[in-house]
Amino acid sequence: MAVDHRPLLQVEDLKVQFRLPTGILPAVDGIGFTLDRRETLGVVGESGSGKTVSSLALLRLLETPPAEISAGSVLFEGRDLLGLSETEISDVRGRSIAMIFQEPMTSLNPVMTVGYQIDEALMRHYGIPRREARARTLELLTLVGIPSPERNIDGYPHQLSGGMRQRVMIALALSCEPKILVADEPTTALDVTIQAQILDLMVGLQEKFDTSILLITHDLAVIAETAHRVAVMYAGRIVEAAPVATIFGAPRHPYTQGLLRSIPRIHRQRLDVLAEIPGGVPDLTRLPPGCAFAPRCPRADAHCRQERPMPVAVAPDHVVSCWKANDG
Amino acid sequence: MTSTQNIIAEAPEAAVVAARHESFVRLVLRRFLRHRLAVVGAVVVVLLCASALFANAVAPHDPTFLDTKHRFLAPFQDMGFLLGTDELGRDTLSRLLYGGRVSLAVGVVAMLTTVLSGLVVGLAAGYYGRWVDDLLMRFVDTMLCFPQVFLLLVVAAFVPPTLISISLIIGLTSWMEVARIVRGEILYLKEQDFVQAARALGAGGARIMFKELLPNAIAPVLVAATLKVATAVLMESYISYLGYGIQPPLASWGNMLTNAQGYFDTVPYLAILPGAMITLTVMSFNFLGDGLRDALDPRLRMD
Repeated sequence: MAVDHRPLLQVEDLKVQFRLPTGILPAVDGIGFTLDRRETLGVVGESGSGKTVSSLALLRLLETPPAEISAGSVLFEGRDLLGLSETEISDVRGRSIAMIFQEPMTSLNPVMTVGYQIDEALMRHYGIPRREARARTLELLTLVGIPSPERNIDGYPHQLSGGMRQRVMIALALSCEPKILVADEPTTALDVTIQAQILDLMVGLQEKFDTSILLITHDLAVIAETAHRVAVMYAGRIVEAAPVATIFGAPRHPYTQGLLRSIPRIHRQRLDVLAEIPGGVPDLTRLPPGCAFAPRCPRADAHCRQERPMPVAVAPDHVVSCWKANDG
Repeated sequence: MTSTQNIIAEAPEAAVVAARHESFVRLVLRRFLRHRLAVVGAVVVVLLCASALFANAVAPHDPTFLDTKHRFLAPFQDMGFLLGTDELGRDTLSRLLYGGRVSLAVGVVAMLTTVLSGLVVGLAAGYYGRWVDDLLMRFVDTMLCFPQVFLLLVVAAFVPPTLISISLIIGLTSWMEVARIVRGEILYLKEQDFVQAARALGAGGARIMFKELLPNAIAPVLVAATLKVATAVLMESYISYLGYGIQPPLASWGNMLTNAQGYFDTVPYLAILPGAMITLTVMSFNFLGDGLRDALDPRLRMD
């Protein structure tokens, strides 16, 4: 590998809170992770666990107020993105770090042709004239597998299907060859067959462009297929982070274990009821003083309810925030 | 992992895509043409505009020439004066054509003023929000507290009445509705995914405003603009009728009505003809506006 051993992206103690009329909601409560070159980090968790908010906070895309990044740092190539001016951060957006969103149906401007929108991004970041951008746009559309790109380059978003639009979004996100691609539930809104195609496309392009991917999803199957490392989020915190094989093979956190048990498997022995995690996601404005998962945890005791567990490395590259992590 | 071959291969779903590439404009046009009254309105509007534009070529007489030998001619009484003459022997048809030029010019200039001010205020209020929004919208509320006619008459009393000043006065007292429409649209659009996506790709404030928000807010503004031409024409005749508008001898439909009121019991056609033109113009623009509204309705976009 390269001489530079620093990770490409290093997030430390990131805290995001929303000021609501009802109180302060700590949506992201001190998360930290790293992302290396060409690596895919999967972030999993239930709805409301803070996955999307964290990803938007990286590029400072949250509406402030009500959101507020109250602590932490996001080091990208040695620079703290949270300290940049509005102009500097917008130079990073799309150029160094790009995003794909969940809803391909609504993520493209409906009144402009798809080609025009990709041209715009290229012109914005490379300062090239439209004629030059157009040639590159055509290449990109071909690369992401848009059929007859010469014709569809002048098509409007409503003329394309969801899968096609997500391909356009990928072309758009990769247009300036960013170092990091943040994909927020990129396949959730798509049919299962299309999901697989889009994932294949992303992985293929990752190799071609040497991109790192931050893949946010609630779908463990997607994680298993694409991620190298996984961070499991619960109630705004990362409860467990480990290489993908470890997460699926030897999870330590009871929440991760619960998630894995709740995956339907085709070769189950009997038609037994699918395991679920009892209870629901806690109210973030009224988190318990101890472990946020304690009320739903089968192994929680008095200690868990009173004191919040800190991240502990149970193995190299395997961090768990649980008092019982070493109890087997 | 996947080979490059696989990436480049076209997706199987491709077959259903792009069966027919119809631009948005053509889609709207197709739907507009289905709306009969709107098409009639559009045709009349085009005819009115053409007759106003080419009034000097079409008009049989000089609209200000006093022909005292031919006063109070009824329509079709003398084929030299097709629609008759007024109390000073001026040719009514020529005056209607030239008056239309003035009335429509006022309508269009006032509409442009209205739309431009409304767009600026609405865009700023919707995009910047917070105190900018509060300030601008309270200003809109204040303006709306005054009945437009009084506002018009007060200003008109102090400003010398020329075509431009009257248009500007009408425009500057009627932009509030457009501002509210635009603000509402912007507030809605601002929350849309594609705006967030554009921002995530490095788009700055100006780009977001003028490339993402504004083009998407244009359809309802277009409809409002059409309807505004109608109200401006009406307003112009209103204040001209009250004597604060276009001054004689320059003809406008409004001041033709004023002239006619002294003879209403004896030669009613002097009032009926300009009145009919005003009605026809206002109705045509309203039909056109309604048709555009239906054709541009986003809920029908999937047709």
